[in-house]
Amino acid sequence: MLSHFKLRARIGALATLASALALSACATTGGSGDPASASDKSDDKAFAATPAGDPVFASTYKPYPNIATAIRGATIYDGKGGKIENGVVFMSGGKITSVGGPDTPIPADIAVFDGTGKFVTPGIIDIHSHLGDYPSPGVEAHSDGNEATAPTTPEVWAEHSVWPQDPGFSRALANGGITALQILPGSANLMGGRSVTLKNVPARTMQGMKFPGAPYSMKMACGENPKRVYGSRGRMPSTRMGNLAVNRETWLGAIDYANDPKAKRDLGKETLVGVLKGEILIQNHCYRADEMALVLDMAKEMGYKVAAFHHAVEAYKIGDLLRENDVCSAIWADWYGFKMESYDGILENAAFLQREGACVVIHSDDQNDIQRLNQEAAKAQAAGARVGIDIPDATVIQWLTYNAAKAMGISDMTGSLETGKMADVVLWNGDPLSVYSRPEKVWIDGALMFDAMNPKTRPVSDFELGQPGEGDVK
Amino acid sequence: MKRLLITAASVLALTAAPAFAQDMVVTNAKLVIGDGGAPIEGGVVIVDDGKVVFAGVPTPGQTFSTDVVIDAGGAWVTPGLFATVTTLGLADVSAVDESNDITARETPFSAALDAATAINPTSQHILVHKAAGITRAATSMMPSGSIFAGQGAIIDLDGDAQPVMQARAFQMINLGEGGADRAGGSRAAAHALLRSALREAQALVGKSGIPETTEIGKDDEVFLSRFDAEALVPVVTGKQKLYVAVERMADIRAVLALKTEYPKLDLVLVGVTEGWLVANEIAAAGVPVIANGLNDLPETFEQLGATQSNAGRMAKAGVTVAINAESLQNPRRLQQVAGNLVALTRMPGASGMEWGKAFAAISSVPAAISGMGGKAGVLKPGALGDVVMWSGDPLEVGSVPTKVFIAGVEQDLTNHQTRLRDRYIDLDESDRPKAYDW
Repeated sequence: MLSHFKLRARIGALATLASALALSACATTGGSGDPASASDKSDDKAFAATPAGDPVFASTYKPYPNIATAIRGATIYDGKGGKIENGVVFMSGGKITSVGGPDTPIPADIAVFDGTGKFVTPGIIDIHSHLGDYPSPGVEAHSDGNEATAPTTPEVWAEHSVWPQDPGFSRALANGGITALQILPGSANLMGGRSVTLKNVPARTMQGMKFPGAPYSMKMACGENPKRVYGSRGRMPSTRMGNLAVNRETWLGAIDYANDPKAKRDLGKETLVGVLKGEILIQNHCYRADEMALVLDMAKEMGYKVAAFHHAVEAYKIGDLLRENDVCSAIWADWYGFKMESYDGILENAAFLQREGACVVIHSDDQNDIQRLNQEAAKAQAAGARVGIDIPDATVIQWLTYNAAKAMGISDMTGSLETGKMADVVLWNGDPLSVYSRPEKVWIDGALMFDAMNPKTRPVSDFELGQPGEGDVK
Repeated sequence: MKRLLITAASVLALTAAPAFAQDMVVTNAKLVIGDGGAPIEGGVVIVDDGKVVFAGVPTPGQTFSTDVVIDAGGAWVTPGLFATVTTLGLADVSAVDESNDITARETPFSAALDAATAINPTSQHILVHKAAGITRAATSMMPSGSIFAGQGAIIDLDGDAQPVMQARAFQMINLGEGGADRAGGSRAAAHALLRSALREAQALVGKSGIPETTEIGKDDEVFLSRFDAEALVPVVTGKQKLYVAVERMADIRAVLALKTEYPKLDLVLVGVTEGWLVANEIAAAGVPVIANGLNDLPETFEQLGATQSNAGRMAKAGVTVAINAESLQNPRRLQQVAGNLVALTRMPGASGMEWGKAFAAISSVPAAISGMGGKAGVLKPGALGDVVMWSGDPLEVGSVPTKVFIAGVEQDLTNHQTRLRDRYIDLDESDRPKAYDW
């Protein structure tokens, strides 16, 4: 069974420290002989970083070249619960131009794919991934997902850990139809840092994948992980009550900071204030129903909102409460029993939430499951059907598309097939809720980024070059 | 017990749920034998005295004497799934150390560890997986303090007092990165440790008695406790299977080469992510593989060649391939993996398995590798009466068993999860808190 909380051995960290010391020694030696740096200091112009709030590490992603393309004859799930039989999707200029029935006009002389017997969905979106910050190969040197040195680290940004050469991105694209994903810090900390939302395109830099205009989220974690990691070091928190106390003290500090116009810049508090202002969303790892209820009250006390509870295996116990608070539950279909707080996981979680009218998102937290979110959703749907909760296929697809986009703050740009939205589209070779179906083609902003019929469209990361299986079907 | 005489076409309803094996006939089934063949419409399964006496399409006029007739109504009926390698029954919650018997880092013992002594037949994992159609499993500790995991057992999942069908069915070791780490930090250390261990075991072959009465030559710089060395005697003499977990092409070859030094070893490869690169060599050696089904990432440097087509390519080369449950989130995903292997047959450039072969890779093939060939994972005369009726195609992700029989006994499919499901079928607490709802 997988442990979804990864804390690698500390020997690796020590080795890194040693080499960092060696490096800084070299830099000092080199710098001392450079008079220019000394004279800069005596200049009368003030030193200043760019103002807080200015874009930094900004996205350089641009949609790749696309040609006007239409798919006709397919069954279309629009991502917002709609279904069109024998439908047409037309995309041009990187956007969805039209979606409709068989009579939808298709311009002459554009690429048209026959979707007969096939299915079209919006690009699949994973709200919870560690691709890039726990990349493959998962060696200690790549363990960049948990800044597990203090229980609250709102100052760290997951994007600074993302290794764009993680081969996992390409598997998620080719086998999972993933077009956008949120990379989160791990759950060792109560406040793990900022997330980053990526377009699932190969790139040389993180900035080349960064989703333009996507808001940041901050990762928080309830329960076992923070109290275990810090309690085992004799530090607070070592209990669930300690978890809440540290969280509340931290929020109070952020409120003071927000009210103090003279406060020195503080990266962690900037993140927290962003949350209080509603500019940064909260993605809260939280398994147990009772702890989710505590978090919702803490959020009311401090004046922020939770976008989604992640790994919410007990969400089904409080579907009413989650609906009333307009919080999504990002869940697995069948993970259970691997840690104490997952003991009450049941297959009906998603269906029971849907019954209450609460928001369901199917997530992965896993480099393998991200390749099969459609199958996970199908399991959850079937479990509901067995207890008389019939959830239409089109609604189930919404769990992987629009709902995920909504909880990530990007639903005005992607997550559904609507005119003017990004042309993030998957053509499946069969019913996407069947184990027997796979993505045949995947478009991101209208560019055909994967085509199962063309081996040269399999992305190969730098790491894979010259290795066994380079360019193989994966 | 009233006996019924029926023909395949005449179906009489009879309700009875005794907790002992009864004769039964399942009619009108979409029948899967489990031997690699395609499903058979209108199939019949007859179980007598806990064993299968007939499975197939009856000849017209054929009659059976039976206690119970079950009309499958066209539903899929299969043998129980056989899961290997698992840790079923060895932990309640793997991350809760107190409940976890899968690893034993602090023990002075290694090869002598016997999983059969630790199995809890009423573990929720066993109950949950029985409800998922798994009726038998190979269960084993995992290597922790040594390259040796200890001796695994073949179990049934009926939750009764005797879960163990065969204790000490196999020894398991890791000779890849994991084994290297546990042997001191190098694959060379793992191989040296294995060879010294086998040598000590060989020195004990044919000797009997308690440790005080037989001796290993002290010149051999004995590494193992006497108890561990004795546990390896059946391995070195080929009486107990040796499961070797490896992933990398070179490591696979190194394992196959062990046969030249120790010809009696009865080897089984486990994991084998890069097996497709040496599929012909594995096939030629006649060594079966319990393969990771869908791993396609270089998650370690020993899995650089990972592809979902691995199992299909090995099978095509003639390797006996079962799907490894141990690499999955939970063993009930075996059906999903098998379904994905079928899906791969439709993907250009990929290798998968046809439906019947994919089903066999989670039923008769793992059973045969586990020494249960013809007894489990298959509906043939003489096999155990493990029969599962499904809500749909058993390789489709939404399908679950509607009835499970183990050795002819219908199983109660209730478990912690179904009880939670029943309690939270609504959130109504207007009368009483949920704690009163049971």
